[in-house]
Amino acid sequence: MMTRFILLCIALLAALPARAGVDIQTLTTPGGISAWLVEDHSIPFTALELRFRGGAALDDPAKKGATNLMVGLLEEGSGDLDARGFARATEALAASFRYDLSDDVVSVSARFLTENRDQAVALLRDSLVAPRFDPDAVERVRGQVISGLLSDQKDPRDIASRAFETLIFGDHPYGAPMSGTMDSVQALTRADLIAAHAGALARDRLYVSAVGDITADELSALLDGLLGDLPATGAPLPGPAKLNFPGGVQVVPFDTPQSVALFGQRGIDREDPDFFAAYVLDLILGGGSFESRLMQEVREKRGLTYGVYTYLADKDQAQMWMGSVASGNDRIAEAVAVIREEWQKLLDDGVTEEELANAKTYLTGAYALRFDGNATIANIIVSMQMEDLPTDYINTRNDQVNAVTLDDVARVSKRLLDPAHLTFVVVGQPVGLATAGN
Amino acid sequence: MIRLTAPILTLIAAFAVSTAPARADDQLTHFNLDNGMEVLVIEDHRAPVVVQMVWYRAGSADEPTGQSGVAHFLEHLLFKGTDTLAPGEFSATVARNGGNDNAFTSYDYTAYFQRVAADRLELMMRMESDRMVNLRLSESDIATERDVILEERNQRVDNNPSSLFREQKDAVQYLNHRYGVPVIGWRHEMEELSLEDALSYYGTYYSPNNAILIVAGDVQPDAVRALAQKYYGVLPANPDLPKQRYRSTEPPQIAERRLIFRDARVAQPYVSRSYLAPERDSGAQEKAAALTLLADILGGGTTSVLAEKLQFDTQQAVYTGAYYSDTSLDDTTFDLVIVPVQGVSLQQAEDAMDKVLADFLVQGVDAEQLDRIKMQVRASEVYARDNVEGLANRYGRALTQGLTIKDVQDWPATLDAVTADDIMAAARELLDKRHSVTGWLMAEEVSQ
Repeated sequence: MMTRFILLCIALLAALPARAGVDIQTLTTPGGISAWLVEDHSIPFTALELRFRGGAALDDPAKKGATNLMVGLLEEGSGDLDARGFARATEALAASFRYDLSDDVVSVSARFLTENRDQAVALLRDSLVAPRFDPDAVERVRGQVISGLLSDQKDPRDIASRAFETLIFGDHPYGAPMSGTMDSVQALTRADLIAAHAGALARDRLYVSAVGDITADELSALLDGLLGDLPATGAPLPGPAKLNFPGGVQVVPFDTPQSVALFGQRGIDREDPDFFAAYVLDLILGGGSFESRLMQEVREKRGLTYGVYTYLADKDQAQMWMGSVASGNDRIAEAVAVIREEWQKLLDDGVTEEELANAKTYLTGAYALRFDGNATIANIIVSMQMEDLPTDYINTRNDQVNAVTLDDVARVSKRLLDPAHLTFVVVGQPVGLATAGN
Repeated sequence: MIRLTAPILTLIAAFAVSTAPARADDQLTHFNLDNGMEVLVIEDHRAPVVVQMVWYRAGSADEPTGQSGVAHFLEHLLFKGTDTLAPGEFSATVARNGGNDNAFTSYDYTAYFQRVAADRLELMMRMESDRMVNLRLSESDIATERDVILEERNQRVDNNPSSLFREQKDAVQYLNHRYGVPVIGWRHEMEELSLEDALSYYGTYYSPNNAILIVAGDVQPDAVRALAQKYYGVLPANPDLPKQRYRSTEPPQIAERRLIFRDARVAQPYVSRSYLAPERDSGAQEKAAALTLLADILGGGTTSVLAEKLQFDTQQAVYTGAYYSDTSLDDTTFDLVIVPVQGVSLQQAEDAMDKVLADFLVQGVDAEQLDRIKMQVRASEVYARDNVEGLANRYGRALTQGLTIKDVQDWPATLDAVTADDIMAAARELLDKRHSVTGWLMAEEVSQ
């Protein structure tokens, strides 16, 4: 199936809208676990989201990939069940558990029916608290990780991500691949996995949300049983990254017809008072909408690409303003040039009243659109907790967008936009582009 | 387990397996306008949001010979101007109203949709009905947008050996049917697509009597009916719409087909096998239901037969899977894949897979596994209600691919009624190598 364009899905909190009637209850369990809950009894299931701050970045530098392999093994045997037993039990309950990892967070997404909630939660509990790391499961999942690493080495987008991360993050944990390297993954032992588990899945970094057919009392009891046996404290988080954006272009030669480019410069913290102005600015430049300047200039007017996007990447230890584009090898140089021009133009000339007004109506109008299901709402309200936002953020967020003035945007443009350090990594056989620093 | 890597995902994404059925009480209202346009309203009042979709019963398999990709090209061009909308104004207006819009094309359908606040539905209908009949294109629109679709092809297909492999394999699977031609088009034909080609396809297929309007979300059926009548009801039906969708059919397959695709960018070789298979037919979905469950049993996850034998017991595979695309206008495929671990050759992997299939035909269905799958089928009805847009998509796909609303609503019960014997009968009929295509995706041979 072909789609007109693909939106880059970035979990960016400021994009989160609200709906009338998202009634968030906060609770703290007798065991001391805090959670946010939205009750909705119209469909007999519950969506539960757990977040543990500090994901792959917790890895000991000598054991890169340990957290990734550990997370991959949570559903591969726990408590009395081996991998197959766990899968059969999950299927029999028609529950679903997903375990994901990023640099900053281990995410667990569960959904389960009301009719067998207790059994589903017991299974989930064992996978989090008592994973077995059976030797045969470790070897099987290690094989999957290595297969993925091999594939990443031949995929232009993955090659670009690797090169970009190495360039801008250097020795910081963000600079090393999340799933490790062939050597580091081969060397991981069961003891490393047990250590990674103890470091990552602890209650001092836990955020919880639930949406659906469950009451506050039921949730409270459920959470103590589910999470109470996790260790109280985990491994320390890494410090802030020192970012290196040298400007210019780095070319990574790879034989493929379309060059893939990632680009970026410094970004802005979610907690910065200017964040919303920056967010509006990003939307106008290249953020997520077909109407952005980059989409219009690079795709609509020139036909140089299928998609070009920017986004503010606010990681726990680094803030970047990132983007991506892909164009045929003979056209990527022009795409890069147009993006650079637009970056400079935005700095020189700012945005118009009309652009600001359009951006605001888009952002505030889109407000209601995402709160459209239990699973999506659970996701949104657990992210709000991680960003330390209040429960009434949903009601004030549009006001904050509307409060952004032309002066705010102009100030943030001057403060943030940095064409001299806008750095491109291009993977492919680009014509007329060569590695060149500023 | 670890999420699949991108190239393998591409393979799987091609098969929209939809075991998840719809409930009979989807809050569904269905009616026709006088000009023949079909309208469906799916109510969900949990959020003040609406999705408008217009589905055309026309896709890439309806294209004229030599113009592959024109259905998808036209889909892009529908975002250019009309008599009353400047190029780009459609999406700009949706965005200014805080909404999102997009469109997609497949073999059997083309669809357009907007998600907006429920009180903006009328504006969406005004614009969507306008471009159904009033499209205005210029030569410059054509030239620029053709470059865009060529870059889209680059991104989706040419930059990805798994996609190229699938394209080649589909071409081998379908000797005589347009499903053998990629939706996005063959590059050499895309490069030649003209304004005339796009307008000819538009004139043939875009009309109210070839379209289905689906409105899902926080709306009242009566209000939708009034708006639909006002904007779509006034458009004249196209009297020259082809009476039936002309499709050539596949001849009986009498020889096993094989292909090897080599590409230096392949990191993880694999074997992909497909069998031509019947799709869901209106009023006769039983065989498709058995095949749907067969796919779950053979390759639906960690506890499936292929995973059990090849990922756990013999540990010859990193990944295995089975997929059946149940919804399709014409004959569909049933697909198997095995990704071997390092040190296991593709021949060994294929042999191992064939042995598992042969043993399965002897040993039959595990009753407990079937129970678990049916439990999941029933639960998927509950989970499906959390996503009204997913429901809208399900009906759109069904109605453009020869099924009725009743067929969609009967599907869960049909799945539930499938017995182990039904599944084995379907398996015996399906798993005949003479009716298969087997492809090997491999890295370039290392030269000395």
